[in-house]
Amino acid sequence: MSMERFVYADNAATTPVSETVLNAMLPYFREEYGNASSIYRKGRDAAKAIRLAREKVAKGIGARPEEIFFTSGGSEADNWAIKGVVQALAKKGKKHIITSAFEHHAVLHVCESLEKEGIDVTYLSVGPLGIVKPEDVAAAIREDTALVTIMYANNEIGTIQPIAEIGKICREKGVLFHTDAVQALGNVEIDVTAQNIDLLSMSGHKIHAPKGIGALYIRKGIRIPNLIHGGGQEGGHRAGTENVPSIVGLGVAVEEAVKDIEQRAAKTRKMRDRLIDEILKIPRTRLNGDREHRLPGNVNVSFEGVEGESLLLKLDMKGIAASSGSACTSGSLDPSHVLLAIGLEPEVAHGSLRLSINDLTTEEDVDYILQVLPTVVEELRAMSPLWEKIVKGEHQ
Amino acid sequence: MEYSDKVLEHFSNPRNVGEIPDADGVGEVGSPACGDIMKMYIKVKDGKIDDVKFKTFGCGAAIATSSMATELIKGKPLEEALKLTNKAVVEALEGLPPVKIHCSVLAEQAIKAAISDYYTRLGIDPLPIVGPIQDTHCHA
Repeated sequence: MSMERFVYADNAATTPVSETVLNAMLPYFREEYGNASSIYRKGRDAAKAIRLAREKVAKGIGARPEEIFFTSGGSEADNWAIKGVVQALAKKGKKHIITSAFEHHAVLHVCESLEKEGIDVTYLSVGPLGIVKPEDVAAAIREDTALVTIMYANNEIGTIQPIAEIGKICREKGVLFHTDAVQALGNVEIDVTAQNIDLLSMSGHKIHAPKGIGALYIRKGIRIPNLIHGGGQEGGHRAGTENVPSIVGLGVAVEEAVKDIEQRAAKTRKMRDRLIDEILKIPRTRLNGDREHRLPGNVNVSFEGVEGESLLLKLDMKGIAASSGSACTSGSLDPSHVLLAIGLEPEVAHGSLRLSINDLTTEEDVDYILQVLPTVVEELRAMSPLWEKIVKGEHQ
Repeated sequence: MEYSDKVLEHFSNPRNVGEIPDADGVGEVGSPACGDIMKMYIKVKDGKIDDVKFKTFGCGAAIATSSMATELIKGKPLEEALKLTNKAVVEALEGLPPVKIHCSVLAEQAIKAAISDYYTRLGIDPLPIVGPIQDTHCHA
């Protein structure tokens, strides 16, 4: 396949490791390879590197280093936070969780698994704009509520949730509050203290660190049982020999991600807005999710009469990497639970496209996407019997 | 998810796309909610599929199976076209990912639906010849 250009517009799926991160990591593969638990110099050096990384991660979210625990990624952090809190509080008769209908599967499927063990779960609706209402959280809190877990920003439609308000409500009512901040980190200013967050999940590979590293922030004073038992690493809270290179990488990545956040976000937002404005000129196209409270790099649109996977394949053939909420991409046949949660009809959800850009995206990349996308949509619509019906007004 | 080169080739360069305005039979299967609809048009001459065209709303596999299926029946006698199985379409495409097999079933059923419509228009009951058209469900 000859490719004139390559535009990566799937940064919400993953990001390349940055050069700064890679260079910081490299010595820890072959030179500073010591086990951080060892007493000799190489071990001590590794331990020191982990300590410095922990300080960086803590600083990035306004936490203290002793509140940061490294994990294998966002999914482990979510699993640990939710299962841990439930396990700790179920003994005290607290058997209720509040979450939202459009969480990442790393949260939703954990909640569903806990339901089978007798935990009661409230799935708050997110409305047509994809924003959880703080008053709904307040109204759902009961005597036996153990945990509220609401994502910081949605991974598909990019909507940013009123985290500080939810945090305040939870703190006032004495309920623990966890947030999956995997998509938000580096895009939004996070301050766990000011925002009253008790537990927060992070992932490295969304912010230019490698895949397979993440962290869970657990506010000091909260005690939850381990998810991974074994050796005494992470203060005895998460076993397993530390992944030193990746931990070092995560430290640097968080430091970079929270630097000049507003400046980078403004640059990205400008490109995002141009994409949205231009794409919405394509007839029968809608923007999914609130436009205002939205991650700076997220564009999620639906094209009526078009199926998302074929759209992605066509874009791929033109060198554009993007993502869709269509059934086909996930291997399951149902369209995205997120798009259904904001009230999209299944066939419209099938025709969705997510472009996730960042400050490394260029205006030329945006030009190219805008040059290719309308043509591709037109090609697919021309061969779509559903589009034919829509145009004739036969489809309702 | 991995598509074979053949699937990608048929997807990027689908054969027999379009409509036949004076078709002798038109069949449509699938549903918008499931994310795939196939519509097939046939022109019949001397008991053979003289021409066939399709329009498909669906994923890469849906478009590729439609394309391949039309190619496999073009110029063939109706009885032979009716014998086309989804398996034959999958084989001709050098395989499909398991979650995409239903697309090949849809292609097979779309052809049957078009031939069924052809007989109906002639005033012949299609059921004994074509058999029932499967209502393919997307929710596994």
